[in-house]
Amino acid sequence: MNNGILIGQYVPSDSFIHRLDPRTKIMTIFFFVIFVFFANSTLSYAWLTLFALTVTFATKIRFIFILKGLTPVWFLIVFTFLLHLFVTKEGTVLIEAFALKIYSGAIIQGVAISFRFFLLILVTSLLTLTTTPIEITDAIESLLHPLKKIKFPVHELALMMSISLRFIPTLMQETEKISKAQASRGVDFRTGPLKDRIQAVVPLLVPLFVSAFKRAEELAMAMEARGYQGGEGRTKLRELKMETIDIISLITFAVVILVLFFLRT
Amino acid sequence: MSRAYIEFRNVFFRYSEDQPWVLKDVSFRIFSDQWVAIIGHNGSGKSTIAKLINGLLTPEKGEIIVDGLPVNEDTIWEIRRKVGMVFQNPDNQFVGTTVRDDVAFGLENRGVERREMIRRIDESLKAVAMADYRLQEPHRLSGGQKQRVAIAGVLAISPQVIILDEATAMLDPKGRKEIMDTVNELRTQERISLVTITHDLNEITQADQVIVMNQGEVYLEATPREVFLEETLLQTIGLDVPFVAKLANELNKDGNIISKQPLNQEELLEELWTYHSIK
Repeated sequence: MNNGILIGQYVPSDSFIHRLDPRTKIMTIFFFVIFVFFANSTLSYAWLTLFALTVTFATKIRFIFILKGLTPVWFLIVFTFLLHLFVTKEGTVLIEAFALKIYSGAIIQGVAISFRFFLLILVTSLLTLTTTPIEITDAIESLLHPLKKIKFPVHELALMMSISLRFIPTLMQETEKISKAQASRGVDFRTGPLKDRIQAVVPLLVPLFVSAFKRAEELAMAMEARGYQGGEGRTKLRELKMETIDIISLITFAVVILVLFFLRT
Repeated sequence: MSRAYIEFRNVFFRYSEDQPWVLKDVSFRIFSDQWVAIIGHNGSGKSTIAKLINGLLTPEKGEIIVDGLPVNEDTIWEIRRKVGMVFQNPDNQFVGTTVRDDVAFGLENRGVERREMIRRIDESLKAVAMADYRLQEPHRLSGGQKQRVAIAGVLAISPQVIILDEATAMLDPKGRKEIMDTVNELRTQERISLVTITHDLNEITQADQVIVMNQGEVYLEATPREVFLEETLLQTIGLDVPFVAKLANELNKDGNIISKQPLNQEELLEELWTYHSIK
């Protein structure tokens, strides 16, 4: 059974970061992502790193665990570094081998960019680590609410997201069932050349899609039977509340950003 | 005298012009506070009846009246407030990401105020004995539990009639028993009419009235006892009567041993051990 599935990668804990209003977290991260690009001195990088690490520490999630979660992106970070290392042509030549010249500016640039990249990924992953997907959905609905004025389907978008979240485990279970059924009929998913393995996915995907469409149809009917008529006049069970701690966090973050501008060169 | 709560007047229905009739000239009445079971083989049109009642489908000819209102575009939302429906597949009617959110769905749609919503969710989850699972996610529940949550979701909007459209068909025997027990419990506690749609004759024993459907027509309308007497008739349309009824009918072939058609084993036993004392 798929009982161990974590949707997203939410890690439950009782830290104050977990309890913050998801809107606070999304806004903070949104602006952090923007302001990371303003850092241009060692000191300003250090300052942002200090902030990111403090927040990480405050989540009470083991740092090793977070780093492990970043494994798939290490490759990208290293790649970014190498790219800058070979492409940038500033400063003095440090090493010259074969046709390659590595400049001092390239090392600085490479470290800075890949470090920026690392900060971005670390902080954004903190959002999904400390916030349940459904909280994120609610926050997005709430934050996008003003867009309703220009007829942007905010409610529909949020409902779509929450239904997808609800059906992820169901479809995972179904995939497992179909792949077993097809394996028992002789489909080989695990061995053979890559081309064959890709082709073996077809008998898995076709029934999965057929059943997903059937589910969607039945779900739509059930929703209608339960009185769903779109977002108009709907009330909500889940409520978002800005507490004092949210205000304090936002002010703190504003101060952090202000200091960042003093540390720029 | 109870009044007709749901009435079908010469209803004809088909999915499209070039397809055969799914329902042909169907007329019947369901009275309030009654439990009516609609049985029939696959394709007999029994599920179509359920979808017609709350306007998920509209008839081509004829009239359907629910609580004095004709079912049409203008009244469907009013009618869906009165008619709660539980479908066959437990997974495909679970909208919320948790049990609590799912029960809330119907209430949110109706714009119920939040505090009232929480009260009603707690109440209806208690009624189906799922209160401890409030924050569970659907994929961690069994089929029977999911169907109970679906019933709670329907109960929360306090409907006047609940339709169970083959709600037990995809469940194992344990889940089936859970649902039937829940439904029985509700019948004794709340004043609601019940319409259960099934192809399993074991599930009709407690109903007040049974409508047998065959090929889009009302084949028989009777009490469960009367239905069980028509063993050969039912077999011709592919329905099998429960073992107890079969045994009683078999015994009666050699003289009138059983005077009252039994619905369950206790009743059969009662008939058998009092057989001589009556004579």
